[in-house]
Amino acid sequence: MRIFVCLGNVPDTTTKVTFTENNSVFNNTGVQWIINPWDELALTRAMELKEDTGSLVEKVTVITVGTKSAEPTIRKALAIGADDAIRIDAEPTDAYAVAAKLADVLKDEDFGFVMCGIESCDYNGFAVGGMLSEFLNLPSVSAVSGIEVEGEKVSVSRTIDGGKEIMSIDTPFVAIVQKGISIEPRIPAMRGIMMARKKPLNVVEASNAEILTNHKSFELPQPKPPCKMIDPENVKELFDLLQKEAKVI
Amino acid sequence: MAVLVFTENWDGKFKKLSFELVSYAQKVAEKLNVPVVAISIGKVAEEELKKLGDYGADKVVSITNGYLKTLDNQVYTKVISEVAQKENAKVILLSHNNTGKALAPRLSVKLKAAMGSGLTCLPSEVDPFTVHKKVFTGKASANVELNSDIKVLTLSQNSFKLISSDNNATIEEYSTGIQESDVKTRVTSTDKQTGKLLLTDAEIVVSGGRGMKSPDNWGPIEELAELLGAATACSRPVSDEGWRSHEEHTGQTGKIIAPNLYIAAGISGAIQHLAGISSAKYLVAINTDPDAPIFEAADYGIVGDVHKILPELISIVKENKS
Repeated sequence: MRIFVCLGNVPDTTTKVTFTENNSVFNNTGVQWIINPWDELALTRAMELKEDTGSLVEKVTVITVGTKSAEPTIRKALAIGADDAIRIDAEPTDAYAVAAKLADVLKDEDFGFVMCGIESCDYNGFAVGGMLSEFLNLPSVSAVSGIEVEGEKVSVSRTIDGGKEIMSIDTPFVAIVQKGISIEPRIPAMRGIMMARKKPLNVVEASNAEILTNHKSFELPQPKPPCKMIDPENVKELFDLLQKEAKVI
Repeated sequence: MAVLVFTENWDGKFKKLSFELVSYAQKVAEKLNVPVVAISIGKVAEEELKKLGDYGADKVVSITNGYLKTLDNQVYTKVISEVAQKENAKVILLSHNNTGKALAPRLSVKLKAAMGSGLTCLPSEVDPFTVHKKVFTGKASANVELNSDIKVLTLSQNSFKLISSDNNATIEEYSTGIQESDVKTRVTSTDKQTGKLLLTDAEIVVSGGRGMKSPDNWGPIEELAELLGAATACSRPVSDEGWRSHEEHTGQTGKIIAPNLYIAAGISGAIQHLAGISSAKYLVAINTDPDAPIFEAADYGIVGDVHKILPELISIVKENKS
């Protein structure tokens, strides 16, 4: 069984976010790019499944829509352990177009399931995984916090309000994963980094896809008024402020 | 034409988020000059369905097909889009919770509708349809144009006030042709806590960080939460250490919440944690370190030992309750 893991190439989560061109374009000067954190957890789980002798997972392929500038991030995924990579050569614009381009490549591939992170930490669209499943006309499970493969059988656990559900599902399908799918993302070891250089990174042409959204302008949060400090000897004041000023208790 | 709302109920009772959604839909529908149609899935009494009218629904489409008992994303998408087409819906509104996040992107593709997710306010314009949403996990926001005939929106919980209406909603039964063979996923077991206030539903949240020192020290957090009718939460290191369940982890990779009040005890305020609570209306920080970044985000702060401050706060709350 082959697993695909979709990767997003996103600014490091500690990036100080600024914009240029009259607040219409993200300023990527000096930005460090990383694997989208949820996708990194998905990849980690995919590697664990491949190593698990009880599962029939044989191959893990990472796939991304991106220009050449995304290649260091793809190499990192290969260094973590993915067997090979596909880069669909296009600027990732909106989620709809990205999902359409992924679907056009994946529809001809044979796989057990595709894993996508539930959101990206740049545009927070919560969209690509679900859109991909609909483009492929496959079942999907979202908010997946666990996935097990026994032989060819796949079961997933998904988070629901107030708890979780264990589900069984026929392959192929799309798993949209969140925290809990694996605990700590894997860090590439030196050996992995060396090996990654020789692993196949196939660049394929992107299909034409429509773009439905336009991030027209950006705003940074308004500076907030300074924190009102309360004397630790006078906790009553906090209570009074919450009750009379904020009116929240 | 219509604004279509996907409502959710638990055991036949609508959740507050459904009333928030209908209230929001009422305002969008006003701008578009179209009615609000709500979809209800599952067995819900007529009296309860009528309640959606109290917040602005003109019509409720009730679907009780037995194969919709558990959420199968593909099947639900099919049913919602059938109704969307029947009602000629121009806007489809869902909650930005697990269910909404699972369905909205599928609907977007099925109906070729641009998607705006995690909204906290009304569209600023309807032509071009422009929504305001957080990006970079709350570090910025964007004005996004949705350039398609139909739009799919998800609304963050607890971010839109309920607006009452004197609509007397009409109820319409709708039977869908979904059959057993359409359902490709099977729920084999469910582990659900009932009766517990959910973190994402809570108006007040009391949260603990590493400054609590040990999982054995959570008593005051739980007691204060109980007294205030609040849910409990924690920071990432706390859930990673296994001191508290992952369910409680609030932050960039955990839950993103928007309570009216968030009390952060012994939380230093890493940027990833703040990303999860940036929509809280009031933030209280209690921390021994006066330079902790949490104080830059907080509205009210106390520099002091949580083990001393929390019990004091608890006794003050108790005094004022009695």
